[in-house]
Amino acid sequence: MKANRWAPWLVFLAGSAYFIIPLLATFEFSLRMRRGTYSFDAYASVFADPRFHASFGYSVVIGLVTIVVGILVVVPAVYYVRLRMPWLRPFMEFITLLPLVIPALVLVYGYIRLYNSSSLVPFTGSALGTDILLTCAYVTLALPYMYRAVDNGMRSIDIGTLTEAAQIMGANQVQIIGQIILPNILVAILSGAFLTFAIVIGEFTIASLLNRPAFGPYLVGIGTNRAYEPAALAIISFIITWGAMGMINVLGRFAPRTSARTD
Amino acid sequence: MTDNTAPPMRSSRRIPWDGLAVAPFIIFAVMFLFLPTLGLVGAAFTDRAGKFTFDNIIGLGADQIVAAYWISIRISGASAILGALIGLAITLAIIRGRLPGWLRSAFMTFSGVASNFAGVPLAFAFIATLGRLGLVTIVLRFLGFDIYRSGFNLLSFWGLTLTYLYFQIPLMALTIAPAIDGLKKEWNEAAQILGASQWQFWRYVGLPILWPSFLGTLSLLFANAFGAIATAWALTGSNLNIVTVLLYNQIRGDALQNPGLGAALALGMIVITSLANVIYLIVAARAERWMK
Repeated sequence: MKANRWAPWLVFLAGSAYFIIPLLATFEFSLRMRRGTYSFDAYASVFADPRFHASFGYSVVIGLVTIVVGILVVVPAVYYVRLRMPWLRPFMEFITLLPLVIPALVLVYGYIRLYNSSSLVPFTGSALGTDILLTCAYVTLALPYMYRAVDNGMRSIDIGTLTEAAQIMGANQVQIIGQIILPNILVAILSGAFLTFAIVIGEFTIASLLNRPAFGPYLVGIGTNRAYEPAALAIISFIITWGAMGMINVLGRFAPRTSARTD
Repeated sequence: MTDNTAPPMRSSRRIPWDGLAVAPFIIFAVMFLFLPTLGLVGAAFTDRAGKFTFDNIIGLGADQIVAAYWISIRISGASAILGALIGLAITLAIIRGRLPGWLRSAFMTFSGVASNFAGVPLAFAFIATLGRLGLVTIVLRFLGFDIYRSGFNLLSFWGLTLTYLYFQIPLMALTIAPAIDGLKKEWNEAAQILGASQWQFWRYVGLPILWPSFLGTLSLLFANAFGAIATAWALTGSNLNIVTVLLYNQIRGDALQNPGLGAALALGMIVITSLANVIYLIVAARAERWMK
């Protein structure tokens, strides 16, 4: 019994060391740019680079559009399938598992073959078309997370009763989804949105193969050319991811818990 | 939408809302999941003239390609098994080990961050840690142990596996935590009342119940590592011979010069990750019986 008391601590501390030491090492490395003393020169150098602003800004815009498109694709579908067509649910679950099964690299290879400039839908024929294709690719990557977040959100409110009540009051379908359902699952949607944002911001494979000036390819470029800036960028990326996850946690506390469960 | 005064049932009959709401989802799935994948499957069995052929599949037998698949499978397998075991140990320690409650929520939040901290920044972090000028490398050398002279290399099998564990362990923790929560305290108490030791409880009750979730997550971790490329690419450039890097080079057009073979490579990857996930689905269905 005595061993049982410190064994969990030992496991926990060893695990924590594995996760904390690389972060400390990265931070320490990022401070070493100026010879002989610690400084934030690497960060200053990163923030002074116009390509940092350009690529980061590009990824933020793509990330926000991805979130909006993802919501428009997922929310109405989950709502109607839950309300009217429950037999479609296993099919939706299967579809939203696929992006976890098919590697992003394989998907983008398929896109390049299918939507090249001489095809029926020449997405890659223009810069704007490629941006749209990139956004759609990210919506697809985010589908598993968006679907599960929205589905969990709808499970926690009684959408059947809410819909009937709204219909009795004379609301139409667009009003029901936009003004009744959406505000009620907003917290769940936002948690899916922040996760999507965290995924899109650092994504490398798809952006690089579609030749778009996103943050991920910029990171790789810096990694091959510089020594200390990559460490600074890793710390910055970690803080961004942390911010997105922190928001999910904070929002989770506002999630509705009181409504009846329908299933 | 046209007239708010009409009875709602009639308005929903006039416009096929159900279909309209689900259509974007279906169109997305068809355009960005099914068609690209089917296109690749078709291309894998087509030669340059557009005729049916097995040549591309046979071409996968080339030494370099078999070696790339093999090292990818080994790295994915090693990082999945180690990640699952270590993740299970840490999660058990945190949930069942009577550690303070705030540690658990802190660890789970961190896992959410770390499981998404894959890709390029992760590679930078490990270069700063275990690279030739990394902090741990320098500290160990200072203590008289040169890991690079004793055969370690960050750009090797074990170096990459060690790096992948950084997102594999948290992913394991996030997916296995609900299953561990499902182990009811009463079962442990019942076992104790019947005279079972802690070891006997885990041997005959705890682990058999966790087993399906464990296997399921294992296959998820495998597929996760198998499809990864950004970390490996940022660590090694195009030097490492894993299958994702090989396919990436093929798509960029500076390697195999044969689109049919590229499609066959992709098909091989889909087959392997699908196998892993079929196991996951079967096992997860079994696991759910205990989660009620």
